[in-house]
Amino acid sequence: MGKTLFQKVWETHAVATLPNGQTQLLIGTHLVHEVTSPQAFAMLRERGLAVKFPHRTFATVDHIVPTNEIAEPYSDPLAQAMIVELRKNCRDFGITFFDTDTGKQGIVHIVGPEQGITQPGTTIACGDSHTSTHGAFGAIAFGIGTSQVRDILATGTMAIAPLKVRRINVNGRLAPGVYAKDVILHIIRVLGVNGGTGYAYEYGGSVFDRFSMEERMTVCNMSIEGGARVGYVNPDDTTFAYLKGRPYCPQGGEWEAAVARWRAVASDADATYDDTVEIRAEDIGPTVTWGINPGQAIFIDEEIPRTDEGRTESEREGIREALEHMKFQGGEPIRGKRIDVAFLGSCTNGRLSDLQEVAKYLKGRHVAAGVKAICVPGSQGVARVAEELGLDKVFSEAGFEWRGAGCSMCLAMNPDKLIGDQLCASSSNRNFKGRQGSPTGRTILMSPLMVAAAAVTGEVTDAREVFGIAAAPASV
Amino acid sequence: MALEKITQVTGRGVYVPGDDIDTDRIIPARFMKCVTFDGLGEYLFHDVRKDPSGADKPHPLNEARFAGASILLSGNNFGCGSSREHAPQAIYRAGFRAVIAEGFAEIFFGNSTQLGMPCVSASRDDIRAIAAQIEADPATSLTIDLEAGVIRAANRTFPFTMREANRQSLIDGRWDPIADLLENLPAVDRTASGLPYLAAR
Repeated sequence: MGKTLFQKVWETHAVATLPNGQTQLLIGTHLVHEVTSPQAFAMLRERGLAVKFPHRTFATVDHIVPTNEIAEPYSDPLAQAMIVELRKNCRDFGITFFDTDTGKQGIVHIVGPEQGITQPGTTIACGDSHTSTHGAFGAIAFGIGTSQVRDILATGTMAIAPLKVRRINVNGRLAPGVYAKDVILHIIRVLGVNGGTGYAYEYGGSVFDRFSMEERMTVCNMSIEGGARVGYVNPDDTTFAYLKGRPYCPQGGEWEAAVARWRAVASDADATYDDTVEIRAEDIGPTVTWGINPGQAIFIDEEIPRTDEGRTESEREGIREALEHMKFQGGEPIRGKRIDVAFLGSCTNGRLSDLQEVAKYLKGRHVAAGVKAICVPGSQGVARVAEELGLDKVFSEAGFEWRGAGCSMCLAMNPDKLIGDQLCASSSNRNFKGRQGSPTGRTILMSPLMVAAAAVTGEVTDAREVFGIAAAPASV
Repeated sequence: MALEKITQVTGRGVYVPGDDIDTDRIIPARFMKCVTFDGLGEYLFHDVRKDPSGADKPHPLNEARFAGASILLSGNNFGCGSSREHAPQAIYRAGFRAVIAEGFAEIFFGNSTQLGMPCVSASRDDIRAIAAQIEADPATSLTIDLEAGVIRAANRTFPFTMREANRQSLIDGRWDPIADLLENLPAVDRTASGLPYLAAR
């Protein structure tokens, strides 16, 4: 009987069964950043332990770095203390650190793939829930807490129970102006923010077959917002073409052998799943959130739900609380809401293709008066190529601030924050209350091009109309 | 280093109603700029409990009659969002020793068990009944009996569910797996030797 990729990778990495029945799972790639590691390293020091696999441990700094005024010492002494602590820990424990002076620093989930550290058939963990991003390469990749960071540093393993696997097929053709971000927002809307609890999501179907690696990463990134700790796409020629020649990938004679191994790790045609969901690409339109969790989403031409549309008391309360925070009325269109801030960036949509797609349409257009717009490339690598291509000029001439790499306004652990109840059109992944740094701040999640359309018009709007993207002609 | 066997948790309760209470609400990110977990308890639910001037907003955790409660009750999908261990740490360091909710987000649930803080699931109706009891008498003593699989409140008993492996690790005193993981280092090396990508460069 066939196996899923999840089963295959689990089996090759299972070290032992622990007394409570959980698996001691080998984690072959450990990504580290400054927020969730200090206490873990301190625990190692307390116990006199070394890092088990320093050559498989890679660190970068992303959450607390300013995206402008990047000279040290940072104006926030707490942030400065955290980068100093990570430097010390990496030096003392012999870990590679993509520091701000290496040209390789950036958001951890952008750095891993671009360096070729993220590979098929591997297990990858990081103290950050968007670690699911790396599943786009056919890895089992997931977020962990600081105590588990400690476990992996000290033993190369952690205690975890296997997940069920839900296969999500998206077949058909996405309409022009509908992007990977819309696909995952739609999936979360349909399955719910806790629909994936206890599951790994395996994404497939013709839409995923055609997606680039960066599009697959956008989808896998937000698996956790649907409750699924793990989300992955089976590796294929698109995966191998992306990885070929990257710094940490097998080189020379080892490359072909690696590709053969990677191909074999994909789910078998006769694999069985705990359940399967079918979604038609044609049903997906440009999607925006209207509320205070990523599942509270509608298409751009739909109306914001009214409280009485909730099917249960709990749903009605959820709508009521969201409308109160967002200062929206049920039954209103979402289109036309004036925005204060436009944020293009994050581990969801801070990659080169995101910037290229926006730049294509932004030429000759300008950010509306009264809107603060920032473009944050996800890594120094992305920034470098973007600048070679002149994208930075396109953005700055259009009135976007071109920033340095980091998590920026996604979660505001750095100076990029909303003020008061500002409304932000954002390409990030969470719209929880207070997420972007102000307790009364309001976030609307959307695709990069939709962020650009909001920036240029000053309101939530349909990017297809703003940028003249025609619907595909009907087939004859 | 032997861990305490956690077979039951007894204390007063406080109900924080709502579904999908996320980790940004539990501990806003700006309080995570720290290299230790010390002092996190003070910032539990900070922006829900305090207005911008720092004054208390109406919230159960601000009410004197619930002060000293060590069992938190809430709704579905509690702890959704980030993997940040700062969230269960803030709850624990604010004095809580267990959470009863309709359901828990995956990563939050695992993080809490690993700290020795049981997270048990009960039905909406049962949680409401317990909350009503607490409202009538905040001094009500609750007991979560991990071995028997029940919650006792005043004269009533309510069933709970919890993933078996996590329940067992609390009862056995193995809820922090580091000792068990360290014991198997030879097996770790054997497994690693079968994975080409783990070979040293």
